[in-house]
Amino acid sequence: MAKPTTAVRQTKKDEEPALKGTLASVFLLGFFIIFAWVSVYFLFLHRL
Amino acid sequence: MHIHKYEKIWLAFGIGCLIVFLTVVGVSAFAAGQQPPSCLTTIDPEKVDSTPPFDHPGLVKKGDNEYELNIVVAAFSFTPNTIEIPKGAKVTINVTSKDVIHGFEIPGTNVNMMVEPGYVNSLTTTFDKPGEYTILCNEYCGAGHHMMTARIKVVE
Amino acid sequence: MTTAVEKVNRRDAKLALAHLFVAFTALALGGFAGLLQTLVRSGKFELPAGISYYTILTTHGVLLGLVLTTFFIIGFQFAAVSRTTGTLSDGSRRTGWVGFWLMTIGTAMSAFFILTGKASVLYTFYAPLQAHAGFYIGLALVVVGSWVSGFAMFTHYARWRKAHRGQVSPLLAFMSVTNMVLWLVCTLGVAATVVFQLIPWSLGLTDRVNVLLSRTLFWYFGHPLVYFWLLPAYMVWYAVIPKVIGGKMFSDSLARLAFILFLLFSIPVGFHHQLLEPGISPFWKYVQVVLTFMVIIPSLMTAFAMFATFESYGRSQGATGLFGWLRKLPWSDARFFAPFVGMLFFIPAGTGGIINASHQLNQVVHNTIWVTGHFHLTVATTVVLTFFGASYWLIPHLTGRVMTKAMNRLAIIQTIVWAVGMTFMSGSMHFAGLLGAPRRSAFSTYGNSPQALEWIPYQIAQAVGGTILFIGIILILVIVINLAFFAPKGETEFPIAEAAAPYERAALALENWKLWIGLVVALILIAYTVPIIDIIQNAPPGSKGYKLW
Repeated sequence: MAKPTTAVRQTKKDEEPALKGTLASVFLLGFFIIFAWVSVYFLFLHRL
Repeated sequence: MHIHKYEKIWLAFGIGCLIVFLTVVGVSAFAAGQQPPSCLTTIDPEKVDSTPPFDHPGLVKKGDNEYELNIVVAAFSFTPNTIEIPKGAKVTINVTSKDVIHGFEIPGTNVNMMVEPGYVNSLTTTFDKPGEYTILCNEYCGAGHHMMTARIKVVE
Repeated sequence: MTTAVEKVNRRDAKLALAHLFVAFTALALGGFAGLLQTLVRSGKFELPAGISYYTILTTHGVLLGLVLTTFFIIGFQFAAVSRTTGTLSDGSRRTGWVGFWLMTIGTAMSAFFILTGKASVLYTFYAPLQAHAGFYIGLALVVVGSWVSGFAMFTHYARWRKAHRGQVSPLLAFMSVTNMVLWLVCTLGVAATVVFQLIPWSLGLTDRVNVLLSRTLFWYFGHPLVYFWLLPAYMVWYAVIPKVIGGKMFSDSLARLAFILFLLFSIPVGFHHQLLEPGISPFWKYVQVVLTFMVIIPSLMTAFAMFATFESYGRSQGATGLFGWLRKLPWSDARFFAPFVGMLFFIPAGTGGIINASHQLNQVVHNTIWVTGHFHLTVATTVVLTFFGASYWLIPHLTGRVMTKAMNRLAIIQTIVWAVGMTFMSGSMHFAGLLGAPRRSAFSTYGNSPQALEWIPYQIAQAVGGTILFIGIILILVIVINLAFFAPKGETEFPIAEAAAPYERAALALENWKLWIGLVVALILIAYTVPIIDIIQNAPPGSKGYKLW
């Protein structure tokens, strides 16, 4: 997707709002999903 | 549509994970044969008792260490309901129902399938550990649903 | 923007309130049934007077899964549509009342046959267990009533669009319409099996039923059903919560895009409930597994949007550091706190869903109590806590009252009670399920099987959780009754957030309904045509009806 033109978006500080915490949060969530999925997958393999 | 850079990173990561999950289950299903039970054989549910192999349900030896276990399911029992299997045997379990929908589950194993009238369902498994296993019905089938059970003894 | 409180018209409010009244009545009765189930399953308690566990279980599932949700959602959406696109026309409102009464009569009818023991078939009513025809007819009336209400919303929305050509419709109206389109398309399946298969068969007009076809039509409906529950919660998250906390919506267009993705991908996925069935080839199961994974994407987008809304607000209040923004959130406001806890629970809930849908991994969990634990996180925590959170402003808004500080505090306690109760109940359900404990079963040790004895401590934990949850139900009923009848008179806001950025052109394109509905139909045809032809062509002899309870 193309970079947004700065003319359209006007935020106070910079072009993109600061969302470091959001990125960290969703990645924690992602790791939880991977951990749980892999655990059940190994349970399945163990029971084969 | 404007998407924040971090959201692009997150979606790429998330979708990447989903693709990995799908690939893992897809390869193990289609290449290694670990498909969920999906037998396509049909049967007349009212003639189960006279249709082979369910006219003589039980364990049948098919080859060196290979067995077929044919089980008739009906409200509220499994026939046969005590089965002895030699340890390490590769067993193909075939089940069918004479009346309503039932479930066929052996807790603690991957043996889990739907049993529906008109269809045979089938699954192959190996019993590596000796001991007692429980068969139970895990789909609601009526008042005696929770009493439906059978035993497998895996012997040396 | 006007500063005055924008109100839902009084007559529209009555329509919405009527729906909420039925919804919370269902919660009271269905919740009590749930308490009894967990007590029976602990093995320490038996139902008196020969009442069947499965009658209670059917009552619980129908009242909470079908009645509470559908009535709350339609009531909420009528209010949302009226608030954002203007007072309903007399015709639309009258249509809404017709829908309400059809649904209510249908509910009463089904409930009668369930409670008299003539329909202990659970809320999935799988043939060839055969309930009394009145049970199916009642359910059909509920569905038809919901269609009538859906049409009232569609005509109202169409009228707004005609009067506002070239404008993007208000977010809540767009979302309500998306959800009703989803509902209309998916209920066609359950209506088909109920009207063409089950009603004639239960009346004795036909002898036999195609069991697999009936199940497949049910699950064509059964999965989008859960998204029909979830989307109104997402409406609150996207369009209301940012305003409640004092911030702005992260992105209006992305919220709309997420809803369109839900519309497209939540229907052609029913086979992931039928992964262990005979009569369906593994290839088609896998096709629908892939489509199921597509519907995870809009939830990934929603997770990002929620965190971003919270972080942006926190930073605007001067928060620093990676997680400093969390401290700026209004934790003591129940309108925020209850839905927020719902969001947190969606993390394990959604993860469980991914596991359930993972093709052969389903063998580990299918029809075990893990699944029960799963949907008690999704619908009974995420969705329901969000509905509770919405009630805290919606009901006083509609009744012209205000929530007192004391009630707000009680609502915070209610949320905590719910979270604790559900952690016990659903948590132990998940673990017992991995050990193989079956769902939908009364207490049994399966002839003192060593495996079944292992489950008992978990079953006791479920009863503890169920009891705590029942306290939560009493608390929410106290709050709701207070808000409806006793809270001080006044004006309560129906909060609607503004977008952080101006509307994008893309938002207009997202209202191209012909395109989306065309795509929905195409995806459904791709996913279902071949397997359904197989099911019909290779059908075994049909089944007679059985009444085994």
